[in-house]
Amino acid sequence: MAFARSRQALAIAGVLGLALGVTACGTGNDKKSSNASKPECAAYEKYQGHDGKKVTIYSSIRDIEADRLDQSWKQFEDCTGIDIDHEGSGEFEAQLGVRVDGGNAPDLAFIPQPGLLKRFVDSGKIKEVGADTKAMAEQNFTPDWLKYSTVNGKLYGVPLGSNVKSYVWYSPKTFKDKGWSVPTTWDELIALSDKIAASGTKPWCAGIESGDATGWPATDWIEDVLLRTQGVEVYDQWTTHGIPFNDPKVADAVDKAGTILKNEKYMNGGFGGVKSIATTSFQEAGTPITTGKCAMHRQASFYANQWPEGTKVAEDGDVFAFYFPAVDPSKGKPVLGAGEFVSAFADRPEVQAVQTYLASGEYVNSRAKIGDWLSANKKLDINNVPNPVDKLSVQILQDPKTEFRFDGSDLMPAAVGAGTFWKGMVDWINGKDTTTVLNGIEGSWK
Amino acid sequence: MEFDFAAEQPKFLMLMYGLIAFVGVVGGLLLLLDVVPAWFARRREERLVAAVASGTPLPRRRKPREGVIALFFLLPTLLFLLVGLVVPAIRTTLLSFMDKDSSSWVGLANYSWLFSEDSIVRVLINSLIWVLLVPLAATAFGLIYAVLVDKARFEAVAKSLIFLPMAISFVGAAIIWKFVYAYRGDGDQIGLLNQIVVSLGGEPKQWLLESPLNTFLLIVIMVWIQAGFAMVVLSAAIKAIPADIVEAARLDGVSPWQMFWQITMPSIRPALIVVVVTLSIATLKVFDIVRTATNGNYDTNVIATEMYNQAFRYQENGHGSALAVFLFVLVIPIVIYQIRNLRQQREG
Repeated sequence: MAFARSRQALAIAGVLGLALGVTACGTGNDKKSSNASKPECAAYEKYQGHDGKKVTIYSSIRDIEADRLDQSWKQFEDCTGIDIDHEGSGEFEAQLGVRVDGGNAPDLAFIPQPGLLKRFVDSGKIKEVGADTKAMAEQNFTPDWLKYSTVNGKLYGVPLGSNVKSYVWYSPKTFKDKGWSVPTTWDELIALSDKIAASGTKPWCAGIESGDATGWPATDWIEDVLLRTQGVEVYDQWTTHGIPFNDPKVADAVDKAGTILKNEKYMNGGFGGVKSIATTSFQEAGTPITTGKCAMHRQASFYANQWPEGTKVAEDGDVFAFYFPAVDPSKGKPVLGAGEFVSAFADRPEVQAVQTYLASGEYVNSRAKIGDWLSANKKLDINNVPNPVDKLSVQILQDPKTEFRFDGSDLMPAAVGAGTFWKGMVDWINGKDTTTVLNGIEGSWK
Repeated sequence: MEFDFAAEQPKFLMLMYGLIAFVGVVGGLLLLLDVVPAWFARRREERLVAAVASGTPLPRRRKPREGVIALFFLLPTLLFLLVGLVVPAIRTTLLSFMDKDSSSWVGLANYSWLFSEDSIVRVLINSLIWVLLVPLAATAFGLIYAVLVDKARFEAVAKSLIFLPMAISFVGAAIIWKFVYAYRGDGDQIGLLNQIVVSLGGEPKQWLLESPLNTFLLIVIMVWIQAGFAMVVLSAAIKAIPADIVEAARLDGVSPWQMFWQITMPSIRPALIVVVVTLSIATLKVFDIVRTATNGNYDTNVIATEMYNQAFRYQENGHGSALAVFLFVLVIPIVIYQIRNLRQQREG
């Protein structure tokens, strides 16, 4: 009995082992064949010589956006034989640290927070970009952009996609019907808001609920207003803690944002009072514009993807966006935005080739054609950008008068920029006064 | 949407790997548990046969061999405990005395931060409220329910009704209750609670924004889930009370009230302690409900969510580890109490 049973078990184990071995072999050699000689591959000449190599990329980009990524570098893969393996995660920021510290770093990561990038540079995990990559980046991006991935004079990442946050969404149709005109100064903006409020409609709508990132849309408001009331220099001091977080200049900007955000006469069209901002999800916050319950919604260019199906996004369509007006025209045309940076945790030649490619004009145009994407890359041809809001964004980014500044909460240490600043804004919307909130955030920045 | 088998192929491949790995591990374990004892048994058999054949007296089973076998079976568990529990616990404790990227020692700075930062003190107070209320309320509800439905006509149905929430994950439950507490500024209320308030003529409220009420509303979710667990365990304990004791009490003419306090309560005391202790530990660790319902905003944060935020989202390893150690210290007395109780019962 005992003999029979143990023999049987041995047989099972043997078969299992064999099965494992066979499948391991089966997947080992799906190497791509290089098509380097094809005519469309001429543009990839300088990336050749890495046939059959694999490069892993980790990012926060998922679902349809991830499919578009795979599509965007398909031709590059076919021509060079480099296999790009992209993995997107909803817990990217938390998981990247775990993976890197655990010795399981991806070859490349798309990091949306310069603050997080700096942390990995400080701990010596991110590799400085190679000479070819650096040349490509310097050729295609303004120093304004590159400084966010530069630490101690060395470049540790190349910008990829971008977005423009200084937008107010509105309905061109409603504006035309009611005879309202798009405001171009802060005073006009307030005058228009009062006019709409007097007509019985709440002029503004907002929502800052965003899962475990709840609060971020309000931080964008503050940053945008600070850029307008104080200009870029004070803004830079503030994001680098050169002035305290609760500096009177900042408090002034927060209060100015409060004249709209915390104004019961203005807020929150379609959702209720000011406090409903805290529980309204940022994805649905602008929808009352399509039903006429709200007139204006300040949100970034990527909000173009959030409108209900069938909404036409165009200058003469159902919804469109105008530039969040300047408060003091003498302070220039500040633009708040964000984007992600491609940083390398490995310096193998094929990894550097992919990093260089992602900074190239070939790549950004290939990606832009697929839609809903833009970049500050100078080689980006505006005709390749299908979406009218993205077109406007590219114009703004390529305008030499534009003073671009990166989203401040992404520049600050994560404990502040993704922690107390977000939570502080939630408390502020929920009724806490400006001084208490700013003091609390300042106290957490050590 | 079209289902493209070829495009989904990598996922199926992964699925297959997972299945194979599962079969491999389980098969390996079975093999280990089957072959090894069989091997020992066979050797004994052979020795017995040899002993009988040669006519020598049967060799006595030696004690050390049993120890070796025991060690053999304990080894994997000990190894996993060491790798999965002891080492991380020691490392976390060490990290709690280091700075945010664990590069230099900072002494007790992280612990003084724990008790000086206003928002963290709020977190500690909230956790205290949780651990005081949840075990108490869940056990009380479970007990009352168990006593009331005991030997009732539809006992099985009544019990499964209250046990059902146990089958829902914490995240799922939090989402369900978020809808109960939901608020709409204008138009119809979609939240049950606000609809009740409105139909009674009241003003709808943003329930989850009102501190400290919101913490209690979140506690309700946990009680809703855990009352079923308390009920099942206590109901089983009530059924296990020897019938002769109950009968004797009845003959002595006790009132239902006396029956409950003099007979039921003392008899189910061990089960009661197990329930309270289990619930206390579960409550101290509560994470999913708070993270899903409010993400710790509006003054509802608790230790476990803050620990996760500090360590993984803010990259403050020191702060996160200090919170973890603090949580660990809070759980220890409860565990010691539980172990002592178990020991007393065994002796008594």
